[in-house]
Amino acid sequence: MNFLVAATSAQAPTVEYGTLAPILVLGGGAVLVLMVALFSGRFVQRLLVPLLATAVLIVAGVLFAAGLGNPDPSVLTGALRFDDLAYTFDLIFVVSALATVVMAWRSQTAREVGSGEFFGLLLAAVTGMAMLASATNLVAFFVAFELFSIPLYVLCAADLRRTKSLESGLKYLIIGSLGSATMLYGLALIYGATGTTDFNGIGAVIGKGAVASDSLLLVGVGLVLAGLAFKASIAPFHQWTPDVYEGAPTPVTAFMAVATKAAAFAILLRFTGAALHDARDHWQPVLAALAVTTVFVGNFGALRQTSVKRIMAYSGVAQAGYLLVGVVAGTTLGAEAVVFYFLVYLLMNAGAFAVIAARERAGRDDSLASFSQLGAENPALAWSMTVFMIALAGLPITGGFVGKFYLVQASIDAHYAWLGVAIVLGSVVSLGYYLRIIATMWMDRTAGDHSPATELPVIAGASPEADASNHRELVVLAVLMAVLVVLAGFVPSPLFDLARDAGNAFAALL
Amino acid sequence: MVPWSWSLTVLLLLPLVGAIGAALAPKKYTLEAAAFVSIIPVGWAVSTLIGFETFSGLQQYVDEIWIKELGIHYALGVDGLNVFLIALTTLAWAVAMFAVLNKPPTRPRMFVLLMGLAQTATLGAFLAQDLMLFVLFFDLLLIPFYFLIGMWGQGDRRAATTKFMIYTLAGSLLMFAAAIGLGIAAQHDTGTLSFAFVDLLQARIGDQTQIWIFGGFAIALLIKMPAVPLHGWMPDAYRAAPLPVLIVLSAVVAKLGAYGFLKVVLPLLPHAVTAHQTTYLVLALVSILYGSLMAFRQDDTRLVVGYSSVAQLGFVALGIWSLDAKGVEGAVMQMVNHGLVVIALFLIVGMLHERSGSDLLSRMGGLAQKAPVLATLFLITSLATLAMPGSPNFVGELYILFGAFESSFVFGVVATSGVALAAFYALRLFQRSMHNRATASADSREITGDELTLLLPVIAVLLALAVYPQLMAEKIEPATEPALVGVVTERETERKRGLELRERDRKSERESSRATRAASRAGATE
Repeated sequence: MNFLVAATSAQAPTVEYGTLAPILVLGGGAVLVLMVALFSGRFVQRLLVPLLATAVLIVAGVLFAAGLGNPDPSVLTGALRFDDLAYTFDLIFVVSALATVVMAWRSQTAREVGSGEFFGLLLAAVTGMAMLASATNLVAFFVAFELFSIPLYVLCAADLRRTKSLESGLKYLIIGSLGSATMLYGLALIYGATGTTDFNGIGAVIGKGAVASDSLLLVGVGLVLAGLAFKASIAPFHQWTPDVYEGAPTPVTAFMAVATKAAAFAILLRFTGAALHDARDHWQPVLAALAVTTVFVGNFGALRQTSVKRIMAYSGVAQAGYLLVGVVAGTTLGAEAVVFYFLVYLLMNAGAFAVIAARERAGRDDSLASFSQLGAENPALAWSMTVFMIALAGLPITGGFVGKFYLVQASIDAHYAWLGVAIVLGSVVSLGYYLRIIATMWMDRTAGDHSPATELPVIAGASPEADASNHRELVVLAVLMAVLVVLAGFVPSPLFDLARDAGNAFAALL
Repeated sequence: MVPWSWSLTVLLLLPLVGAIGAALAPKKYTLEAAAFVSIIPVGWAVSTLIGFETFSGLQQYVDEIWIKELGIHYALGVDGLNVFLIALTTLAWAVAMFAVLNKPPTRPRMFVLLMGLAQTATLGAFLAQDLMLFVLFFDLLLIPFYFLIGMWGQGDRRAATTKFMIYTLAGSLLMFAAAIGLGIAAQHDTGTLSFAFVDLLQARIGDQTQIWIFGGFAIALLIKMPAVPLHGWMPDAYRAAPLPVLIVLSAVVAKLGAYGFLKVVLPLLPHAVTAHQTTYLVLALVSILYGSLMAFRQDDTRLVVGYSSVAQLGFVALGIWSLDAKGVEGAVMQMVNHGLVVIALFLIVGMLHERSGSDLLSRMGGLAQKAPVLATLFLITSLATLAMPGSPNFVGELYILFGAFESSFVFGVVATSGVALAAFYALRLFQRSMHNRATASADSREITGDELTLLLPVIAVLLALAVYPQLMAEKIEPATEPALVGVVTERETERKRGLELRERDRKSERESSRATRAASRAGATE
């Protein structure tokens, strides 16, 4: 019944078009956007294409949201599984992509590389992520993994004239390929050891106690986890993160920071839940060690950075460590905590990168110095950024506090209290850099360098037509996200409902 | 009962709403508006105080489920432990907001908003009857203080405020983890996840679990107090903070540390408390002695007051850790008394700065020459600081010493010497600034009307409490019982366990001696 057998016996699998509709919309939308952009002209390039991409994302988002509560456990003869866990992550990808569209709309990047290419690749990446979140079969897993990775390699290098962007793309390509290759070996070994590509089938073999005796399987699992750790920027596989985040165009960085990480965690949850649950005594301690390493490497790494994008990169590494704690727990509560944290993380990060992009458009760059006196210059942006930093540090009356609460609770509940303490200690260290950003915005009395933009901006998020006075969409995005982050701290129930449904879907995998 | 159930919520939100209102007023009147609005919570707190009934239970208790999934309740209430601290909070903020008028800050709107948020958070922490709510407010109040010190401070304010934030948050976040641990441990016992104190009190927490949870709480609360050796943030923050902020920080916020021990640690973690009692008594004594000696050596008037606070909070900690009803009662009284004294002292420090252009004692001297009224008020405050008989502080310290002697004679004796040390630094502060030879920069001026209106109400309250200390004592006394009930039962079980052990030892001894006797007898017959 599995995918490979179905393919070799030359019998086309049944296709559930209804369930697959959102993914088809995304994939079809990517092609459509690319085609429409063949027409030249200001209207098409600057307005129609972004609008079309937005429409595609919104339609897909609505379809995903409609799917909540109506799981379809076996699509394409068991290659994909659409449940609330997948749908919730799908919504995260879609919203993150929407924020990216807003940030990229008037940016230099989309012009340089071509509007159609930029938004088309973005949609293709979302398609891959949505498939990955549903994959329940090693083949679908790998195909979806590559489908979302390859567009991102290109997008990172989208600022054609900026060497840093090209460097970023190349670096990501090489390291990403290494990660994919590692993972592919792992998948092959797992298939070799278990004779099945189906997650549940693998789980059944492992349930018979194969892991302890079969070193092939153990190595396979290790390689797959390492490959995923590359994508999720889990230390010590995180080294590419700061360089790539710094070099990539800011809208792309914003997308990678949230969606890529979410995709990696979605499959990590599904894979550990469905296939590896009975072997948890073997991987839990390893992942726990990785989580602690990640928390501390990320937080200490960020302390000495002077570029805000690099700070956000290291902060992203640290946050991946916090999130990994939820996976280590291996419980429903852990999965709920991961999903909840991602929902909040999406808001915090999308907003923070919008502020960075706004700074870059104002003719500054992403250095810490260019945030100097933002409080006096643009209070709305400065307040939003303050909220994001406070939330990322996990302070109260923000969603970040509730999210961290959830993770610590999951860790203690799963008898990993020391991981909870690691999260807390990591948060203390993280204050060192989050507060530095806040202090720079509000407490610097010396004015920053006001050098105006050069003729051709070489700055990541810059835009030729939008200057400091004309980036309203970024301010609106940042303020909206800030309001939502605070709201999530006061009235977290809607997010809880999503997280709980996703958690129940996770429980059904075990 | 309906209006009462809203009463505490109104009190909690008044400062924030008032601040928002003041910030919306025309910029010219923002500070005036904020100052007048800050009186309303005082009135509200006083009416709460008048309506307060003398019995041990919680009053005006509100309990709504806030975040069901995490078992967090929105539970507020007043009892003898917090009712005076709440009144102190509102008074301190009102004084601070009026003190601001004499020296208007830049960006008044933001200043007012942050002060309002800080007051709401502080009131919330005192009122909270849910552990997570307490932790939440406890952490929340750091955010406004971070900005208040960092944006309007003096000297190396950025470094100072960062240090303050990291120190206090390191503790707070550990407390956060410990609180979650406590909630989960209670859940294992009772079956439901709830952080409301009433529910947590029902649960029995394992002895070993108590110890690590206690560690998280103790670090957070000791940092906040600040107690030696975790007071590292204090000197920098006290030097850098603007005076109105310093008033509320020192008079009220620091008390939260001591209050947390009474409200959370003693009732919920009795085993850990009895196990650690001696350690913390020693820490309290170290705080008293170290604080007093450091206060005696400082040249900066702010730090004289700062270190004296370390010493005074050492007394409060001593009262708490005596685990004796009298000691606890004294500790609560002393928190309020010290809060009042510190408000007055920092106001005076500001006046001294006005007259000498410096915070340093070496630049002052002779300031009393043309200012008899100022000198008198300063002297009254100084005498209250050193707990002169007849001052409310004397009563508080007396209760604390009763408690200390009750728990251990040695501690009582050492603590008594601490009382004497207070006289050294308090009188030195008064003498070096007001008497001594005048320096070139010192300019003796009489207290102005503005200054007097700030200082007088505080001193009036101090005098009222001096004349009639029963006012506080009788309301606090019943509240000490619930704080100590856990410790008392814990001791009871310990004692029983000890008796049983001894009984068993005796029995086994008897048996073994009987066996040997039988054996020897058997040997003898052979």
